[in-house]
Formats: sequence, structure tokens, C-alpha cells
Amino acid sequence: MSNFFTSRLFFISLVLIVIASTLPLYVSGYVLGLLTVAFYFGVFAMAWDLLFGFAGEVNFGPTFLIGVGAYTAGILNAQFGWSVYLCIVLGASASVIAGLVLALPALRVRGPYFGLTTLVAVLMLQNFIVVFADLTGGEIGLTIPDVISIDAGTNYWIALGFMTISAAILYGLSQSPIGLVLQASGQDPVQAGALGFNIVKHKLAAFVVSAFFSGLSGALLVFYFGTASVGTVVDVAVGVNVIVSAVLGGRRTVLGAALGAIFLIVAGEFLRPTGELATFIVSAVALLVVLFFPGGFLGAALSREARS
Amino acid sequence: MRVFQILIDGFAISALYALGATGFTLIFGVSGVLNLSHGAIMVAAAVAAWAAASVLNVGTYAGALIGVGVALLTAFATYFAVVKPIQASRRIPNEEKEIFVLTGTLLWGIMIQEVIAYFFTNNAKTVLPIVEGVVEILGVRTPKNEIFTAIVCCLVIALLWLLVNRTRTGKAVLAASMNPRGVTLLGLELTNIYIVVWAIYGILAGIAGVLLGMFLGVSSYSVGPLTASAFSIVVLGGLGSVSGSLIAAFVVGYLETLTAYLVSPAYRTIPALLLLVFVMYIRPQGLLGRR
Repeated sequence: MSNFFTSRLFFISLVLIVIASTLPLYVSGYVLGLLTVAFYFGVFAMAWDLLFGFAGEVNFGPTFLIGVGAYTAGILNAQFGWSVYLCIVLGASASVIAGLVLALPALRVRGPYFGLTTLVAVLMLQNFIVVFADLTGGEIGLTIPDVISIDAGTNYWIALGFMTISAAILYGLSQSPIGLVLQASGQDPVQAGALGFNIVKHKLAAFVVSAFFSGLSGALLVFYFGTASVGTVVDVAVGVNVIVSAVLGGRRTVLGAALGAIFLIVAGEFLRPTGELATFIVSAVALLVVLFFPGGFLGAALSREARS
Repeated sequence: MRVFQILIDGFAISALYALGATGFTLIFGVSGVLNLSHGAIMVAAAVAAWAAASVLNVGTYAGALIGVGVALLTAFATYFAVVKPIQASRRIPNEEKEIFVLTGTLLWGIMIQEVIAYFFTNNAKTVLPIVEGVVEILGVRTPKNEIFTAIVCCLVIALLWLLVNRTRTGKAVLAASMNPRGVTLLGLELTNIYIVVWAIYGILAGIAGVLLGMFLGVSSYSVGPLTASAFSIVVLGGLGSVSGSLIAAFVVGYLETLTAYLVSPAYRTIPALLLLVFVMYIRPQGLLGRR
């Protein structure tokens, strides 16, 4: 941990954050809005990488945790008129509970079975939202009366600050002894268990942390958009984007996941003139990265630095 | 009357699910690959059959053949462009290959889906059925196409069984699923077996896709749900167990039909999902799984 503060990665991140925090002074509201969404997405991807990169669990349902947080916060605000901040806290708590409920049966199974359990969780949540349309707004989505702020700059700073704090906590956790035990139990659970580590407890902890940040970010995103809908926070396609971001940026790097998410959202916007082909191009680029640079952007950069 | 209706409709749907899931489970059993572009390959077959029959006017039989051919080509493309490079890659550690194959085929499936959406729009397409008309069975008006679908599915599955259990190639495939190393020691090239399996898979997925296109119609939106349903049927039956997948396909097919008729079509998929979660909890290896 101590050598992290003197490492090149730390300085690069610091410079990037300083530059990013001054952006509202000279770029348009449109760019800020785009980056705000990208930052919340970055937190989704980082939280996912903690499970996938370190605990070695393929979570196909990141949007289950995100959706529970987002919809809990949205429903409490829209139907009961509770204050925004209380709703955000409750949304994150609901997501942690959902993470526990999902993790208990899911951790009994491994590999593809685990992936399917998480995928089913998303499909169930989607069905639930459509069936209880009175409460959730159904397929049309839920309109939320309150927002955190209407100023693009303020929203941007909140998102940037939130992403920075989340990144610091998640990265710190991944480099801590807990992160190392997680990594060990992901790679060889039998041996890690034989060394006396409680694998289930560590994985459960990873699940709870991942759920907390996913839910919190989902709730914040809902109050930024002013609406919660299946298409923006629950749909499997959103989950695929989270996964693609994390893989693009580099698994097991945490910070890379945020880079991947920002790249994905900004690239999607640049490719907008190509219309329907935008998704195709992004997926093709992601597939090429998976095939030729399995370590992702940051993984490739870091291994080059380690070699030199 | 409703009992017969559910029995007949459920059978056709279940047979179709079984056909779609068999190839999927075969690939997993032999090469340990979970192909998440499955739905995309099925939709590609159906859309190709639709385009050939309705746009190029080549006739229904030729159209269906073209659909199956396209699925075969797409399956080979999946293997050679995505799965094989990942399996052969030295930069990916062995224990992580499974995860990379999942991610890679998922992305590949999205690419196929987007290409279909780009050239043929997102609109639903119904392939012209090979047999038309309606017959009355036990007082239920049944489209002949539905009976045709069920018969073809059962025939193809029976042929597959014969191929796997009664021919030399099939026995090699079976052996590879039991012990890949043993097969190579006997002097059989594992890569050739994989190619045979992917060919069988492509044909099965193609037939299933074309039949689905005739029976229910497809659009590029059906890619995700089709993959998810094949995945859940295969896991429910036990990964790699073909007979388990067949049983699971009928359980899921009838459960969905029952819910659609007795409760509401909107809740169609929910009981099957609940059952899946329940089975995973008490029996994680699935109904007939080996692990």
C-alpha cells in the first residue's frame, strides 16, 4: 500500500482527477452530462471487477444489484415522497440485502452455474417490475419528482467525487490482505481453504461491498436521470455493457474498469452518427481486446511498465 | 378441450426447446464451451430462411435449407474466429479460459444480432411454413405446421441419438466427452472431433431456428431470450447431459404453456425461472448432471 503513493499509477490518477475536476469551467453541459453517466457507469464496472477479477465469480447479473438499488430509491421517492438522501441510503441498503440474498444460494454453485443464477435474478427482477407496474411504473418507467441538482456542473462534480471515493475504497480493498485472499480463493479455492482462509466469508464480503457500490451508484443515477426504467438500469444489455467495460479496461485492476466504462460511453456517443452499427463496432472492438489483449487497456499498460 | 390444447401446444414448444438445447449441451459436454451466441445463430438461421423464401423467392424448402446452411457457417465462424483463438491463446491462463469463452461468445452474439438488425431491421419475421392448413385433433384446431415442427424435432433428435451411439464418428464424439486425453492417446485428432461437434451443433441450431421462425416468428430481439432459455434448460437438465436437457426442455415447455393458458401469457416465464432457482439450490448439478 505504501509504495502505491509513490507509484506512477497514483500520480497519473491524481493528475487525471485534477484535470477532470476543472472540466466544468470550460466544456459544454452536453459533455458534462455524458461524463456524469460515464462516471456512475465506472462505479458499476469497478464493483463488478471486484467479484469477477478477484473472487473469480462470473456475475452475469450486475444489473440485479444496480436495479434493486435504483428502483428502491426511486419508488420510495416517487410513491412516498421521502427525501432524496434518505432514499439513496435506503436504496444502497436494499441492494446490500439483495446481494446477500443472491449470494447465499449462488455461492453454493460455481462457474457457469453461478453465472446462470445471477442471470436468472435479473430476469426475475425484470418480470417483477413489469408485473407490479402500479408500484414500479412497469415497462414505461418510473418518473421521479426530485433530483439532486439541476446544474450540470454540480451533478458532474458529485459523480466525479463519488467515483473517486469508490475507486479509492475498492482499489484499496483489492490491494489489501482481504483482496489477496479473494484472489487466491478465486484461482484455487481448495488450496486457499487449506491455508486456513474462510473462502465463503470472504466471497460474501466481496458480494456485499460490490452490492453496496452498485446500489449506491444506481440510486444516484436515478436521481440524476429523474427516471428509473428497465432499459436504463435493469436490462441484460446494460449488464453486458458493464461486463464489457470491465473486460476492456482490464480485469483485476479495478481502476481499469472505470477507464473502460468511460471509453465505452464516450465511444458510443462518437459512433452515434453510424446509427445502428455503433453497438456492433463497440462489441467488435471489445472482442478484439478479449482475443488479443486479454489483460485489457490497463493490464497491457501495467505489464509493459513492469517489464521495463 | 383445454387439457388437449395444452398437451398439444406444450408438446410442440417443448420439442422445439429440446432441439435448440441439445446442440448447446453437446458442445459443452465435448469441449467444455458454453456458447452464448446460441440465440444469435438460431435467429440468423431463421432470418436467412425468411429472406431466401420471402425476398428472393426460392421456395420454402430451399429457404429452409439456406437457413440451416447459414447456421452451419455461423457456427464454424464462431468456433474458428472466437472459441479456438481463446482456447489456443497462451496469454490467457487455463483456469480463466471458461470465463473468456463466455465473454467472447457473448460479444460475438451481440455482433451477429446487430448485423441482422442493420440489414433486416428489428421487425419480427415469420418464415413461410413448409406445410400449411389446420387439422382438428381431439377437438383442438391445430395448425399442420405445429405437428410438422414436433415431428421434425423428434426425428432429428432420434437421428442424433443414432449418430452418437451407432456410428464411428459419433462414438469418437462420445468418447471425447468422457475423456479427451484418452481419445488423443487412441490416435484420434481432438480438433477434428471438435469440428464434427460444431457441425452437428450448427445443423441442430439451424433446424431449430428455422422451425422457430415458422412456428412463432423471430426478430433480432429474440437473441437474448433464446440464449437464456437454452442456457437454463441445459443447466436444469445438468450441463453436458443430453437426456437431462431433453427432460428439462419438456418440463420448461409444459410449465410455460400451462402458465400461459391457465394464468396469463404475461407471467409465462416466471414459474420456469423459479423452478430453476429451486433446482440450483437443492441440486446444483442439475437433474442428471455428472458433477
